Order: sequence, then C-alpha cells, then structure tokens
Amino acid sequence: MLRFAFYRLLQAIPVLLIVISLTFMLVHSAPGGPFSADKAVPPEVIKALEAQYNLDQPLWQQYVSYLGDVLQGDFGPSFKYPGRDVTELIAAGLPATAELAFYAMLVALVIGVSAGVAAAMRPNTAQDYIPMSAAMIGICMPSFLLGPLLVLVFGIYLEWLPVSGWDDMPGDKILPAITLGTGYAAYIARLSRGGMLEVLSQDYIRTARAKGLSEALVIAKHALRGGLIPVVAFLGPAFAGLLGGSFVVETIFQIPGLGRFYVQAAFNRDYTMILGTTVFFSTLIIVFNLLSDMLAIWLNPKLRQQTRGES
Amino acid sequence: MNNRARQHAILPQLLLISTLLLAACGSSESNVDQGNRSGTLHWGNGTEPQSLDPHIATGVPEHHIITALMEGLILKDSETLAPKPGVAESWTISADGRIYTFKLRENARWSNGDPHNAHDYVWSWWRALQPALGNLYAYMYFSIENAQEYYEGTVTDFDQVGVKALDDHRLQVTLSNPTPYFLQLLDHYSLYPVHRGTVEKFGAADERGTRWTYEGNNVGNGAFQLLDWKINRRVTVQRNPYYWNTDSVRLNQIVFYPTENVVSEERMFRAGQLHRTGSIPADKIPVYREAKDSSLHIAPYLGTYFYRINTRVPHLQDKQVRRALAMTIDRETISKSILKAGQIPAYAMTPPGTMGYYPESDLSFDPEAARQLLADAGYPNGEGFPATEILYNTSEGHRKIAVAIQQMWKKYLNIDIKLLNQEWKVYLDSESAGNYEISRAGWIGDYVDPNSFLDMFLCNGGNNRTGWCNAEYDRLIADVAPTVKTHAERLAVFGQAEKILMDELPVIPIYIYTSVNLVNNSLKNYADNILNQPSFTEMYLQAEPQQKRLTEDQH
Repeated sequence: MLRFAFYRLLQAIPVLLIVISLTFMLVHSAPGGPFSADKAVPPEVIKALEAQYNLDQPLWQQYVSYLGDVLQGDFGPSFKYPGRDVTELIAAGLPATAELAFYAMLVALVIGVSAGVAAAMRPNTAQDYIPMSAAMIGICMPSFLLGPLLVLVFGIYLEWLPVSGWDDMPGDKILPAITLGTGYAAYIARLSRGGMLEVLSQDYIRTARAKGLSEALVIAKHALRGGLIPVVAFLGPAFAGLLGGSFVVETIFQIPGLGRFYVQAAFNRDYTMILGTTVFFSTLIIVFNLLSDMLAIWLNPKLRQQTRGES
Repeated sequence: MNNRARQHAILPQLLLISTLLLAACGSSESNVDQGNRSGTLHWGNGTEPQSLDPHIATGVPEHHIITALMEGLILKDSETLAPKPGVAESWTISADGRIYTFKLRENARWSNGDPHNAHDYVWSWWRALQPALGNLYAYMYFSIENAQEYYEGTVTDFDQVGVKALDDHRLQVTLSNPTPYFLQLLDHYSLYPVHRGTVEKFGAADERGTRWTYEGNNVGNGAFQLLDWKINRRVTVQRNPYYWNTDSVRLNQIVFYPTENVVSEERMFRAGQLHRTGSIPADKIPVYREAKDSSLHIAPYLGTYFYRINTRVPHLQDKQVRRALAMTIDRETISKSILKAGQIPAYAMTPPGTMGYYPESDLSFDPEAARQLLADAGYPNGEGFPATEILYNTSEGHRKIAVAIQQMWKKYLNIDIKLLNQEWKVYLDSESAGNYEISRAGWIGDYVDPNSFLDMFLCNGGNNRTGWCNAEYDRLIADVAPTVKTHAERLAVFGQAEKILMDELPVIPIYIYTSVNLVNNSLKNYADNILNQPSFTEMYLQAEPQQKRLTEDQH
C-alpha cells in the first residue's frame, strides 16, 4: 500500500509540471494585462510596475524563476492586491472553502447514502422512484438556482436563516452547505443505489439472510461496505470538486472563500494568483484522488489482493 | 415495529430535527437592529478593497474606507460639495489665485496620538509623486507648480515643487496657474497625508504594497481608525478618539462588506443585514419604485455614458457621418425603457450644472436631418455604408443599450451594425490600442469641474483613445481656460471648447449617470450628492420602529 502511494506521488510530479507550464503559457498569452485600467495608466507607472513584478524580463526567464520560487513554496506577490502574497490570500480563503466543502460533503453523504440505500432495498417501487427522481432533479438543478430559491424561502419569507455571510451570524453556514451539497447528494444517491443493488444480489448476502440476520444487520454489516465502494471512489474527486467548484455558492452567499479569489484572479489577470491557486487545486485533486483510491483498496478485498500481488 | 418500518421512521425524525435547528436560528437580531442600538453602520461596499494606501488605491470601494480613515486639508459640504475646513481650519488665496496658504489645526493628531502638522503634507506629497509607487492619481497633483515636471523627471529637486511648510502649522502651496477646483482636489484621497513613521516602519517610502495599511499597523488622521480587515469578509473601523472633531462624530463603528454580487447585496439589505447598498440590480428598481419604498435613493451622478468613435477608421473620419449617428439615438427611449433609473439623456459630454456650467449643444434627436447628413457624406439611405461594429465590455446592461442603438441606426439610417462584446481587460486593450470602430465608454468626474470631462480629449490625452485631435480645442482647454480671470470667463471658454467637441463628435454622449442605492430609513444625514460621497462624520443611526421594511410579497 505504501509503495502504491509512493509511486502515485511520483507520477504527480510531471503532472504538476505540465499544469504549471500550461497555466503559465495561458495566462501570459491572454489579452489584457494585469495593470490595464479604465483610466489611462501613464507609461512611467507601467514601467515601474512591470519592473517590480519582473514582467520586464524575457518570458522564459520569468518561467524559470517562477518554477524556482514554487519549489521553495513561494507563490509570489499578488498583482491585484499590493502587499499581499498569494500564499497569504490562499491561506485566508482556504478555511471557509474547506469548511463549506466539509459541510456540503456531510449533507451529500447523509442525504445521498440514505436515499440510495432506501431505493436499492425496494427497487422499482415508489421507495425507489421517488428518491431517484428527486436525485435526478438535484443533479439538474444548478446551484445558482437552488441557492437563491433557498434564500428566498428560508432567508426572506420565513426569516429563519441569514441570507449571506460566513461565521457572522448563527446558522449562516446551513444554506450554503445545502446548496453546494445537494448536487453531490444526488450523484451519491445514484451511485450508492447502483452499488447496493449489485451487492444485494451477491451470494454472501443471501447467505447472511439465510442465517436469519435481520435486514438492518444485513445492510449495515454486510452490504454497505461493498455497496459503498463506488461512493468512496467518487469522494476524492468530489471533495476536490467541492473545494474548487464552490465559486458560485461563495458568490451567492458572499462567503470569503478561495473560489471567489480564483475566478476574480482570472478576470484581474493576477498572474501569480491564477498560477498559485491552480497549482494548489491541482495538488489537492491529486492528493484526494490518491486518498480515495487507497480507501477503496482498503474496503475492497479483491483490489487489496491485486495491489499486494503487484508489490 | 419491524426493521423496515423503523427505517421509514428515520426520515420524519431527521426532518423534525433539522426544522428545530433552523427555527432556533430565527431568533437572532438583524445587523441593522443591532447596529442601530450600538451605533454600528453596516455598509455594502462593492468589492474587496485593493489597497488602503491613499497613494495607490483607485476605486470607489477603497474611496469610502479611506475617507473614513483619513482626511485632507479640506472637506466638502455633503449637500452642496462646497469646500469647508478639514485639517486646515482656514486658508488664504493670493490675488493672482496661485498661492494658497493653509492654517492647520493645532489639535490635529494622528490616530496613534502623534501630532499632525504641515511637514506631513510636504513629505506625503513627495511620496505620492515617486513614479516607483505606481500612483495612478499622480495627475491630481499636476496643477501644483513643477509637480508634473518632478513626476516626469525633468525637475529632480523636490524643493522646486510648489509645496512648503512655512512652520509647523502653516502650509503654502503654489500652483502653476490659478485652478478654481484646487480646493476640491484636496478632499480627494490621492492628496491625503500619510503617517511617515508608519510608512517607513514597513518599508521604503516609495515601495508599493508594504503592510503599513493593514490591521494593527494602519495610522490615519480621519474620524475613524482601522479595527480589523478580514480579507473578502469585512473591514471594520471604529471611532478615532484623537480626531480633532471626534465629539461631533456619532457613529461608533462602520463595517464595510465586499458585496460584489448586487443580487445578493439587495437580498442582504432586505434581510436587514445592511444599512446601505452600493447599488441595486436594474430589474429591482421598478419594484422599489412602485412600492414607493423610501429606502430607494436615486440621485444625479457626475458621470457620462458615451460611445467613442475611432476617427482613424476611414468611413468614420467624416464628421457628417458621426453627426448622423449621434442624431439618430433616441436617448429618451433608452433612458425610460431600458435604464429606468432617472438617467438624464446627454447631448454634451459634461453633465449639466457642473460648477454652474450648462453646456450648449445643438445636438438633438432628428432622424430626418441625420439621413440628409449621411446622404451628403455619400451614403444615401445608408447605401454603401460599411458594416460597423460596436464594441462593449461584457455586461447585460451595455448589451441592451447596444442592441437598442443597433436597431435605431438600422431603422433611421438603414445601416448595418454588428455587436462585439469582450471581457473587461480585453476590451480595455482593444480600446486603448485603437482596435475598434465604435466603443462604449463611461467617465466619472474626479472633481466637480468641466475640466474633468473635457481635458481627456486633448490630442495627447491618455483617455482620448479616439484619434481625434483639434488644435483650437487644445488651445482653449490647455492654454486659455487655466489663465482666464473670472469664473464666468472660464465657463465661457469651456462652453466654446465643448461646442467644438459636439460639432466634431469624436464621442457620442448618451446619458448622464444616476447613483442608485438602497439606504435604510434608520440611517440619518445620508446626503445624496453628485459624487455619491456621503459623509461618515455627519451620518448617524436612529431606529424607526414604526417603519417596517417592505413586506416580502411586494418583491
């Protein structure tokens, strides 16, 4: 298992290098510079600014020195916010984004797994159709629609929950977590239904039932572990997706997260910020994929055997 | 209960628990109610401030926070915008209008208690003119003698720049020419003083982006001081006990929220999370209007929305063509049917009433005459007129106006117009490179004077971007206007220049902006002025229990 993890991490290095190089080329080839503004910027100012951020050097030189800095963990200063380092901005935005992703994942898992399991227990009945149709709606419903709807109902009509903010008022995390989690809950519901259906038809489940175990025990002790493997495999990319994809929800609820910085950085041509956040997110995706693969191996005896055989 | 039934029972239980949890949150007090009790103003501020350094910042959100933290020699009356004493308690102006002598208050202090005197201004203005700092507002200093020369490097000795501390409390400023709007400039944050000890503690004076403005470090001379700055979350300022006029300040705290999503901002306002919004979604304006909601504030704003015409493009070189285009825009319809917030149709660049100036313009909506002009230019009934493109930065509002104008030009002139939208930075690049035919633009005056709208069209003006150049216009704006003796003469010169501009039409004015804000009724002394700059030292909060917010079903 350790060796598996080591090889996977080794593979990540060229992946990250390609990500950095591509992003670097893309941001520098995008029209419009970081310092262009509505009002004409005097040439003296442009010169001073470019010198300050090394933009007056040849591109390859900028690339090499950027790589050097990144290796030392330094993402450089933000162009848009003078005096702020990219690392500092990421550190400022990450806690809110991570917390939001965590709660959204909880929402997704609780709703998704219970709906999926319930559906799989009685396939092709109302108990199956209702949660699965709801899941389909959940997948189709974009967060920019669901978010404002929830705000209208719970924030404005019922006045139960704050309409925006993060850590400002009690309960202000509930609506964003539900908005972000719902789409994923729907996926998880479908995945767990599929996984459970497959497992429930296996011989060992029939054996368990034949032993006279209660249905709840059969599900909880025997079926869930196997049935949830597809869900576990989905968790890694899903968590990375939640972290990187929370931009819309962060905007709707004015959450001071990383997603907003990421998207604004592109609009601002904040080169270092775009690169920094891209590298950061790529690393997260790689790590989460690895973790979920390792979890899947641990859950699935067949795969465990395979990796052992390889090593 | 069998197992299945038990599982069925889980769902209602979950629902019950979550409902209880939700209901428990309902009892909390809104920001507005809490703020009214504690004197805390909750202010929707647009975006996360880029910088709080007055010599680096450029935007409106930054402006609001900086004016809370700092103050210039002069303040403006929040209703009339007339200059009134700030750090300077009085001033004299020499007979030739060039030498200003300011008497600074003896009790002026920095927010750390340090004495605040005339030397602070000399040093701060020296700093603001260092090119390495990247100060985009350096040109605000250029009416001061030798300031431009020093900034551009032709004068290297700062002693030759017209600013001198006569003693600790007297500051003398010498201008190159009498500049009637000079006092106004002193209330612009780019001319605010900064605390030398603090700036130098965190880096070189001309180093861009040191940490001196951050929470715990920031020292200012304004009515408030920085309490905290949480990135993308809020900036909080609290009353500064060292401010010379602190006894008259009635707000205890102001919380500035980065509210870049206007739809969310309006919802925050409705839910009582904000006292004031920075804007309002256009489609909400009619709703508030119909409900006669007194929280909707609409006021004229010192800005003009216009189209630039690239006069380097062959078929747009003929001023008859430009005039025909300008005469077939039905501005009344655009204002009433598209904009809907009381915008004033514009027939000249300078908003009417700017410092008592009312531009004369013979521009009008006259399709008949326009068709004749286009025919005279060689395009009878629009025949042979090359397909022309309107460039705008991606935004629903700009698109609607462009579509309307496209249709008007088709209807009245029978010419084909294409629309091209570009992302903001790409659009800026295209426009400044002259890579467009017709391009949408907007200009907000830096100060209340026609000069702020007219000097941009000088031949070498960085914001001209139309390729248009007129020697007589340049002479009037750059040479004649600064040297005439009386205000009336000066306005007459601007009138003459604007007449040339509106005859040649390298730009087509479309409308004069209005500022649109939602302001809670508990916020008093909120003045709607044409700069949309209410004064935090004058505002106060007083709850009005009898006035309930708009009920939900009205929205």
